[in-house]
Amino acid sequence: MGWDRRAMLGAAAAGVFAVPSWAQAPGTTARQRTINAMMTDEPAHLNYPLFNTRIMQEICGNINESLLLFDWQFRPHPNLARAFEMSPDGMTYTFYLRPDVRWHDGVPFTARDVAFSCGVMLPQLNPRSRNAFSHVRAIKVIDRYTLRFEMKQPFNAFLLSLMASSAPMMPAHIFEGTNFRTNPYNFKPVGTGPFKFNRWVRGQFIHLTRNDHYWRPGQPGMDGIYYRVCPTPEQRLVAMESGAVDLAMADDIDTVVNSRMMANPNVVARDDAFNGTGEITVMEMNQRRWPFSDRRFRAAFVHAIDRDFLVKAINFGLGKVATSPIPSNLPYHDDKAVVKYPFDQARARALLDEMGLKPGRGGVRHRFGLMMIPDGGGHWTRGCHYVKQALSEVGLDVELQSTDWPTFSRRSGNWDFDVDCNSYGQYGDPAIGTARFFLSSNIRKGVPQTNIQGYSNPEVDALFHKAAVAVDKAEAQHLYSRLQHVLTRDVAMVWLFERQPMFFYNKRLKNVITGPNGPADGFGSVTLS
Amino acid sequence: MRNFLRVFLSRPIPLVGLVIFAVVVALALLAPLLFARGPFTIVGMPLLPPGAPGLLVGSDVLGRDMAVGLAYGARISLLVGITSTLGAVGIGVLLGAVAGYYGGWLDDLLMRVTEFFQIIPSFVLLMVLVAFMQPSLSSTVIGIALITWPQVARVVRGEFLSLRGREFVQAARTLGMGDARIIFTQVLPNALPPIIVVGSMMVGSAILTESALSFLGLGDPNLLSWGSMIGGSRSAMWVAWWTTVLPGLAIMITVLALNFIGDGLNDALNPRRRR
Repeated sequence: MGWDRRAMLGAAAAGVFAVPSWAQAPGTTARQRTINAMMTDEPAHLNYPLFNTRIMQEICGNINESLLLFDWQFRPHPNLARAFEMSPDGMTYTFYLRPDVRWHDGVPFTARDVAFSCGVMLPQLNPRSRNAFSHVRAIKVIDRYTLRFEMKQPFNAFLLSLMASSAPMMPAHIFEGTNFRTNPYNFKPVGTGPFKFNRWVRGQFIHLTRNDHYWRPGQPGMDGIYYRVCPTPEQRLVAMESGAVDLAMADDIDTVVNSRMMANPNVVARDDAFNGTGEITVMEMNQRRWPFSDRRFRAAFVHAIDRDFLVKAINFGLGKVATSPIPSNLPYHDDKAVVKYPFDQARARALLDEMGLKPGRGGVRHRFGLMMIPDGGGHWTRGCHYVKQALSEVGLDVELQSTDWPTFSRRSGNWDFDVDCNSYGQYGDPAIGTARFFLSSNIRKGVPQTNIQGYSNPEVDALFHKAAVAVDKAEAQHLYSRLQHVLTRDVAMVWLFERQPMFFYNKRLKNVITGPNGPADGFGSVTLS
Repeated sequence: MRNFLRVFLSRPIPLVGLVIFAVVVALALLAPLLFARGPFTIVGMPLLPPGAPGLLVGSDVLGRDMAVGLAYGARISLLVGITSTLGAVGIGVLLGAVAGYYGGWLDDLLMRVTEFFQIIPSFVLLMVLVAFMQPSLSSTVIGIALITWPQVARVVRGEFLSLRGREFVQAARTLGMGDARIIFTQVLPNALPPIIVVGSMMVGSAILTESALSFLGLGDPNLLSWGSMIGGSRSAMWVAWWTTVLPGLAIMITVLALNFIGDGLNDALNPRRRR
């Protein structure tokens, strides 16, 4: 099974906490063993699979755990499953669960919970799980702590689909047979994790407290976590600089002040905490509408944008120009297979001329709307403003459209837009995070975060299907290389840049980031330094 | 009229207000001539400090020239301030005049409607209105006019109540004038002074309201206003003070100037304080 990173950390932590609490260093009071984090806005509930967004991952990652953990190379390691076996043909996976795990309410965690989570609850609520578990034919409970997944076909991303951010284990004794959307436990979640839910004061904070009966020895290292509502960016910066909060995750700190945070001697900056998500900031086009249906228009669109400037100036150097639908730091990325679209305004104008979009009055060739994500003037909004300027240079007149979240979801889900700005995460494997935006089977009206562009290419559909079930890694790579070629050749989407969200924490803490899943793996290992 | 001008211009404060306001108006009118490229053109790296080559007051978070932004922002602020005030005065005068002139059940009805608008927190109502109509310049103007007219209506109604029984109104009626003619040619001119004062103050508050709206991202994203400049740069406040301080000062000075003018008008037009 290989080296278990968490077990070693756990042992180290156990050594530290073998000291009785009264013998701690002076000044180390209970109050100081609290982690303070921030929420940009409050979630509607705490049912992890029902609304799997970043803020939910950051909170519920401490409450609901996964079967496996993944290291920096995306290799699986035991977590709630103490061991697992895969048949050589990739058709069955057997999991052996830890017998010593209990839910926060004392009920033992068993194979029934796993079968319920992976067989019923996750596929119903989480679009990524629905896709991944559609390859599973049956889940057989062999005994109380053993179960077997039997596949319809070998699905090579199956283990990665069990990553904490995609497949948190949910308690069967609480949810089975109930309406998942209205269950009262959505507001007082129960899990197996190092922290348990304590209190939620609406508009102020969510408080998690330590799980004294946590199965991993020596954890959690802290007594509790407060997630405080901090709606404005300047407030969050001050909170972090003054030490009022210990953690600032992803979008908490605007990239504008990144350099200032990096220079702060009390703050540790990590740029790898969200590698597991592998996010690309993109623009989606409604390809049902002309001229977005024309490949030449989409190519001209990309040629007209100086994405280098976008990363260096508009995003203050954070991130990297995206050349492929698959982020460059993740498996299967192939830079040699992609068709590239460097910044070239002359080429953009020539393409637009070629398709008959000649400059009209005021030099305007075409006018269309760009629907902005409501990020409160953050990096998406600035990117949209830049793109509007860049496109005006080649005669495309962009009308920026402000939205709020309900409007954004409704309009993108109902295909009521020309172009929008968004980001998508690959979540470890293209079959989990990326395929959903390009498969023609995932064109589903009314559902945001699907193939809302209406992109449809039978070759792409076939390649994604074959690549997902390829047993041989080299074969999968070959198929994904071809896919990257076809998708970039078609300009199936405008990939602007690979996001590199930062994770900042006060240096009084240690062991905060232990793997590519970052905060979604929970803060059980965190201790005071 | 001459007397009014003499009083108005004899005090330093209204004069200062008038001069500042004239400068702002000139800047707004001349902006397209001074800066032909428009306020959205990216001219260099972001957050360059004031005095950087070619940048009198620095660049903003997108590398745009702040000076151009301030000049074009003046256009939007004045446009919104003046048009929304005209709209509010139009609605307010009409409803206030009808309510005050006729009295009775019509007055009751119209005043209940006015109160309905007054008891709702006006900024919250404005945000709902603008979000409902889609953020744009016209929705901002309509929204501000809709939340500010009750103030005018109240003032106008009060004036009409006191004027409608005067002899010159009775005389006009005896001469056979219709109601509409009496309202607009006889009573309204005599009710104008307080309307002018309220209106001049309202321009300033409309500019503030527009800035607040744009700051929150509910302005027209295709136009640069002082409020949206602050809103877009708020996260850069700690690394580049000029991105927020300068548009903030522009708003403050303009609104202050309008209030000075309003005070001067009040002194000059109020018979009790004229002396």
